[in-house]
Amino acid sequence: MSRFIERHPAWALVAILALAFLLYLVLATWPPGLEEVLGRKRVFLTALINGITLGGLYFLVASGFTLIFGLMRNVNLAHGSLYLLGGYLGYEFANLTGGWVLSLVIAFIIIAALGMVLQFTIFRWMEGQDLRQTLVTIAISIVLADLMLWRWGGDFYQVPSPSWLTGPVQLPLVTAVRSSGEAVYLQYPLVRLIIFAGAVVIGVLMWLALNRTKVGMLVRAGVDDRDMLSATGVRVQLVFLGVFAFGAGLAGFAGVVGGTFQSLQPGEDTKILLASLVVVIVGGMGSIPGAALGALIIGLAEQFGSVYMPTYAVVLTFVIMVLVLAWRPQGLLRGS
Amino acid sequence: MAVEASRTSGILPASAPAPTAASSLPRYPALWLLALFLLILPAFGSDFVLIQLFGWTFILGMIALSLMFLGGYGGMVSLVQMTVAGCAGYMVAIFGTSAVAEISLGWPWWLAVVVAIVIATLFGTLSGALSVRTEGIYTIMITLAIASAFFYFTLQNYSIFNGFSGFNAVRVPQVFGIDWRAAVPFYYLTLFWAVIAYLAVVYVSRSPFGLALQGTRDNARRMEALGFNVTAHRIAAYAFASVIAAVAGVLLVWHGGQISPGTAGVGPVVDILIIAVAGGMSRPIGPFIGALIYVLLRTFALDVMEAVGLDGKRFQLLVGVGFLLIVLFSPDGVLGLWQRWHRRFLAPAAPPARGGVR
Repeated sequence: MSRFIERHPAWALVAILALAFLLYLVLATWPPGLEEVLGRKRVFLTALINGITLGGLYFLVASGFTLIFGLMRNVNLAHGSLYLLGGYLGYEFANLTGGWVLSLVIAFIIIAALGMVLQFTIFRWMEGQDLRQTLVTIAISIVLADLMLWRWGGDFYQVPSPSWLTGPVQLPLVTAVRSSGEAVYLQYPLVRLIIFAGAVVIGVLMWLALNRTKVGMLVRAGVDDRDMLSATGVRVQLVFLGVFAFGAGLAGFAGVVGGTFQSLQPGEDTKILLASLVVVIVGGMGSIPGAALGALIIGLAEQFGSVYMPTYAVVLTFVIMVLVLAWRPQGLLRGS
Repeated sequence: MAVEASRTSGILPASAPAPTAASSLPRYPALWLLALFLLILPAFGSDFVLIQLFGWTFILGMIALSLMFLGGYGGMVSLVQMTVAGCAGYMVAIFGTSAVAEISLGWPWWLAVVVAIVIATLFGTLSGALSVRTEGIYTIMITLAIASAFFYFTLQNYSIFNGFSGFNAVRVPQVFGIDWRAAVPFYYLTLFWAVIAYLAVVYVSRSPFGLALQGTRDNARRMEALGFNVTAHRIAAYAFASVIAAVAGVLLVWHGGQISPGTAGVGPVVDILIIAVAGGMSRPIGPFIGALIYVLLRTFALDVMEAVGLDGKRFQLLVGVGFLLIVLFSPDGVLGLWQRWHRRFLAPAAPPARGGVR
C-alpha cells in the first residue's frame, strides 16, 4: 500500500478522497440537496450493501473459475452448470435433512467429486489443448443443463434458510432523521450479511492456503510454470486433481449460497457464468485478489446500475469490462 | 521464410498445417454434382424443403462460415458471430419496416440493409479489436461475454430494441417485380449469398492477406518479426468475417420474419460454434455440412426420438452428447471423419490433413 502511495501520489490522493466521500455518504445524515441528486439515502445504502454482498457470491464462484484457469489453462465454461447443480442438490438436501450448513457441505463434496471425475476422465487426456478443453466444457454444460431441466423442470427454487438466519437485522447506519429528532436505522436481511462474512473468511483462508502452505506453494509454482514444476518431481496431476475438485466444489457451494438469497432456475447457470467471466476478465485471470476486486466492482456496478439506470444496468457492467480490456488487457491485478 | 515463399508463389508448402484453401477448388466431380443438385432443387423440392431445410442451412452455414474463417485461418474462436448477425437483423427491423411502427423508421429496404450491414460490421470489428488485444483462449471468453451482454441488453432495453418481444413482421421486399418472400426466389437468394460467401472465403484465404493470417495463426511472433502487423491482420479478419455474418443476419431476419433477444441468445451463439466444430473447421465447406446436420436434427430429431420411444423434449441432451462425442473423438468434425475414412480406404498416399480444433 505504501509503495503504491509513493509511486502514484496523485492517484492515491484521489483514492483517499473518494473513500472519504464514500464514508461520508454512508455515515452522515444526508442534506436535502444530496437527496435530490442521489435519491433517498435508504435506497443508496441498500444498493451499496446489496452490491457488496452480491460481490461476495460472485467471488465464491469466480475464485474457483480463476483458480482452475490459472493452473490448468482450462476455461471451464461448465462452471455455471456446476453452480446450478450444487444449488439444486443443496435445495434437495436442505429439504431432506433440514440442515442448511450440512447441505452446503454436501453440495461442496458432491460437486467436488464430480469435478474430480471430469478432470480424471476427460481433461487429463487433453492437456495443453486449450480450445478442445473449452469445447468439452461447453458440451458438458449443455448436457448438464438439459439433465437439470429434466429433473427439476423450469420452476423457481429457493433453498430454505435456517430460522437463526431469517429476518432482518438493524444496522447502526442512520438512513434518515424523523421530524421528532428520532433516528431511523437501516434494516437489512441477516442472511446476506452472514454469507458475505463467510465469503470473506473463505477468501482469506484461500489466500493464506495459497501463500503460506506447502500445497499453496505447489499451486503457485504450477501457475507460473507447469512444466518446471513437474520436472522437479512433483506429481502435478495430483495437484491438478485437487485444484479442479476444490474449484468445482466452490461452485457447488456458491450454488447453495446463491440459491438461498437469490433463486434457482434454468438460465441461472448462464447468468452466473457470464458474471464470473466478467469478474475474472476485469480482475485478472488466475489471480485470487483479482477475483475479489473484480467481484466487488461487478457486484456494485450491477446493483447501482439497476437502481439508478434500470434499462442500462447490463451495459454498465459491460462498459467496465471494455474499459479494463482497453486499458489493461491482462486485468486489473495481474502482472503482465 | 516458408510463409514468405508461399506469399509469392500462392501455394502453401506441403509442410504447412492445413487448412489450406487450394484443395477446396471445385475440381471434384462431387462438387459439380452438388452444385447441379442445388440449382435444380426447386424443380422437385417442396416449399418446406426449400425454405425450412435449405434456406435455413445456408443462413446458419454462412454465420458458421464466418466463425470458421476466424477460427480455422486466424486461430481465433469468436463466439460473437451470431451476435453480429443478430445485430444486423435488429438494424434491418429498426431502420426498415416492421409491425412495431413506433420504433421502426421505415426507410427504403436497400438503405436499411446497407446501414444494417455497416453497423453490424462495425460492431463485429470493434468486438474483434477488443478481443485480439489478449491472446488465444481469452478470445472465447471475451467474445462470449460480449455476446451475452448484447443478449441481456436487447432483453432489457425497450426504447430501441423493444425488449422481450423484439420485432415481428419484418418482410422481404419486392424487387424487380419478384416477390422474394415466395419459396423459390428466397431459396435462390440464400443460395446465391451462401455461394458468394463461400467463394469469398476461399478467395481471401488464398490471397496474400489470407496467407499472412494463417501465418499469424501458426506463429504470431515470427510473423511479427517478419514485419507483419499481427493485430491489424486479426482485426481485418474480424471485419471480413463480420460482413459475412451481417449479410447472413439480414437473411436470417427475413427468413423468420421476426427477431427477438432469443435469436442471438447464449443458446444460438453456442449452436453456431457447435455447427462449425461439428462440420469441421479446416475447410469452408465444413460449416455448411454442420449446418445441414444441425437443421436436419432440429427439424426431425423430435419425431424420430418419439418414434423410437424416447422423450422428444431431450433434444438438447442429444445435441450436447453428440457434440461431446465429436470433440472427444474427431476434433475435425464430420470433415475429419470423412478424411480419415478417405485416407484409409481410398487414397492411402494422400497427405495428412490437419487443422481444426487444437
